[in-house]
Amino acid sequence: MREIFDSTIERFFQDTVDTEQVLLAEKDGWNGTLWTSLDELGFTYAMVAESAGGAGASWSDLCGVARLAGSYALPLPLCESIFVNYLLCKCDIAPLTGVLSFAAKSELRLDGDKLNGVLHDVPWGRYTQHIIAVVPKDDCNHLVVLSREQIKIRKEACNVAGEARDSFVVENISPVFCAVLPAPISSNVLMQGGAMLRSAQMAGAMHKAMTISHEYASERVQFGRPIGSFQAIQHQLAQMAEHVSASVIAAEAGFSASSGTVDALGVSTAKICTSEAAGVGASIAHAVHGAIGFTHEHPLHLLTRRLWSWRSEFGSETYWAKHLGDAVCKHGADNFWPAVTAGHFDTV
Amino acid sequence: MSIENFKYSTIPAEAEALRAEVRAFLKQELSDFPNIKRADSWIGFDAEFSRKLGQRGWVGMSLPKQYGGSEASAFSRYVVIEELLAAGAPVSAHWFSDRQSGPQILKFGTDAQKDFHLPAICRGEQYFCIGMSEPNSGSDLASIKSRAIRHGNKWIVNGQKVWTTNAHLSHYMIALVRTSEGEKRQQGLSQVIIDLSLPGITIRPIKDLVGGAHFNEVFFDNVEIDADAIIGTEGQGWSQVTAELAMERSGPERFLSSMILLNSLIDVIGNNPDALQAKEIGRLTAKLITLRNMSLSVTQELSEGKSPVWAASCVKAFGATFEQEIPELAQALCDLSPCSVGGSEHAQILAYLMQMAPSFSLRGGTREILRGIIARGLGAN
Ligand SMILES: Cc1cc2nc3c(=O)[nH]c(=O)nc-3n(C[C@H](O)[C@H](O)[C@H](O)COP(=O)(O)OP(=O)(O)OC[C@H]3O[C@@H](n4cnc5c(N)ncnc54)[C@H](O)[C@@H]3O)c2cc1C
Repeated sequence: MREIFDSTIERFFQDTVDTEQVLLAEKDGWNGTLWTSLDELGFTYAMVAESAGGAGASWSDLCGVARLAGSYALPLPLCESIFVNYLLCKCDIAPLTGVLSFAAKSELRLDGDKLNGVLHDVPWGRYTQHIIAVVPKDDCNHLVVLSREQIKIRKEACNVAGEARDSFVVENISPVFCAVLPAPISSNVLMQGGAMLRSAQMAGAMHKAMTISHEYASERVQFGRPIGSFQAIQHQLAQMAEHVSASVIAAEAGFSASSGTVDALGVSTAKICTSEAAGVGASIAHAVHGAIGFTHEHPLHLLTRRLWSWRSEFGSETYWAKHLGDAVCKHGADNFWPAVTAGHFDTV
Repeated sequence: MSIENFKYSTIPAEAEALRAEVRAFLKQELSDFPNIKRADSWIGFDAEFSRKLGQRGWVGMSLPKQYGGSEASAFSRYVVIEELLAAGAPVSAHWFSDRQSGPQILKFGTDAQKDFHLPAICRGEQYFCIGMSEPNSGSDLASIKSRAIRHGNKWIVNGQKVWTTNAHLSHYMIALVRTSEGEKRQQGLSQVIIDLSLPGITIRPIKDLVGGAHFNEVFFDNVEIDADAIIGTEGQGWSQVTAELAMERSGPERFLSSMILLNSLIDVIGNNPDALQAKEIGRLTAKLITLRNMSLSVTQELSEGKSPVWAASCVKAFGATFEQEIPELAQALCDLSPCSVGGSEHAQILAYLMQMAPSFSLRGGTREILRGIIARGLGAN
């Protein structure tokens, strides 16, 4: 399934998602035409069971899609929508069509069947049809589905790449759906899922930034030779390649480990490594490109501004590293290596 | 594209099944082996221990059964060696034989060479060292001057090797020597097996900055070796060495050298880390897990018979940075001075690894040389 997904989405991105389309989305906030044609491919149902009209894919089938979305700077919540439908299915809620997103950070209260509170930093919030969130109630966590029409914008905001990240007020509404989040899905699943998606998007964006930096270094001539023949440039590109390799492997490992539920250790590892790499990678890509890469006309910034945004979203390197470090210390030195080889800390 | 060399791969169940056995063995064998000794990692030498591993079938385990190996998969070997390294077991005696000399002889050697060397390697009794560097040839390996000249059915070796780890404790050296002049410097080099007990060989240990003596200078003064001491094809030494480097550069020893210090640091920090400690321990953990996955991906390629030199260079360059970061962070995260004599065990391990760390990005090819390989590989499709 992986190969078909990768080749289908890559062909679509190649034909459709060029610099102009990305810039258009950034200028207007939303590229509706682009969403419509992307939606026709049906990827938002990728993880929905075949019996319910989906493709029954697993996360490891979708890592390539998320990486490619990153490498083409796709200005649409494709990954978010796939993830929302994945969780809906886990909660036995019928999958949804349209633009979907989720609020990993929220302060919500369920009073009876009425929901009150706020949603923070919802990717593409104002352009969605449905948003999901997790609400604690009576010792268990509930997944709630809200219709965009039910909730009011509290603050419209954008990340560094002009992608909407909106906050909402939820006032005394009945969610469209509400279901108990089944074990073993964590109450932090939206942060984890978001971190997983962003890690692959960053790996993709960095890979592309490295490719174009390398190409540029082979073409740009100074002092009578391509700048890529200067060792200082070569070593910067090599350092970037080390980080890109690590990022690709970390993202793939995070997706692969997330077969049943989003894998806590795999995902935090991926987000830590890719977030750190994003800073290094963006800085090297710009250094290699010189002034032309600092212009609005050159497409490099479509990637680097996303790297600067995505590394902070759904938990920065520091957020996840602190969590992971706390877990490591709590389990102690004797359990450290066994946990690394087992791939999890909690059951050792 | 070069990055595509990295395909996420996991350890198959049958290889994973070995892990518990190896752990149980190490727990018993190393029950009173102190942490400060474990900190030596893969330069800790103990012939007795290597022989015990040989008895278990854990040395040369990927070699064919007819030579005493168990034809184990690359992943089974990986499980064994990463457990040895994580425990800080003294593996240095057989390390080079197991990692590269044995496989090199199997790949390029004659039947007689295989019959003679491989069974003893598998028993954990025959130790090899790697004779590449010379006083005027470090990074620029193709410039080596040591030379073997044919005399009837003998070769006469003259010259000098340096930085040869374990030469003083090994039975054999696989040396890269010049056997003829070629148009290019890379031509006319050959790999020869030299019995280190032969007359005309002088081995002098060189004390390192920590005070240990692991590497040596080795002089060859009209040393006579048999004509069949050449491994592989005369004049093809350069390409053989290049293939060897993929084995040498991607293993878990390229990021586990500071593992004992990392463990000790976690222990010293305790169950309630402050924010900075938690953050850095978390970061190191994520790096370790990712490096291991990178290394496993190269293992998969090696097991498919490929020679992933580019990816191996990435693992080694990224791994050395990680190994070197651990002593730096260990001293920054705790208000505790490194201490060579007296002091806590942690302070001693910290003192030791802080001093060892510079060598991690030198041995096996410097960071700069690796980055050159990585950068050039970016263009290759
Ligand atoms: C602990 C230890 C164990 C070792 N064990 C062995 C062994 O068992 N067998 C063996 O054969 N060798 C061994 N070596 C030697 C090791 O392979 C060499 O140290 C290494 O190849 C570098 O050579 P050099 O020390 O002569 O440094 P040089 O090559 O002189 O390099 C010095 C500095 O210059 C840089 N430099 C050199 N050329 C370039 C270039 N073209 N571009 C940019 N920078 C450059 C290097 O990166 C380095 O920073 C060992 C070394 C150490 C430290």
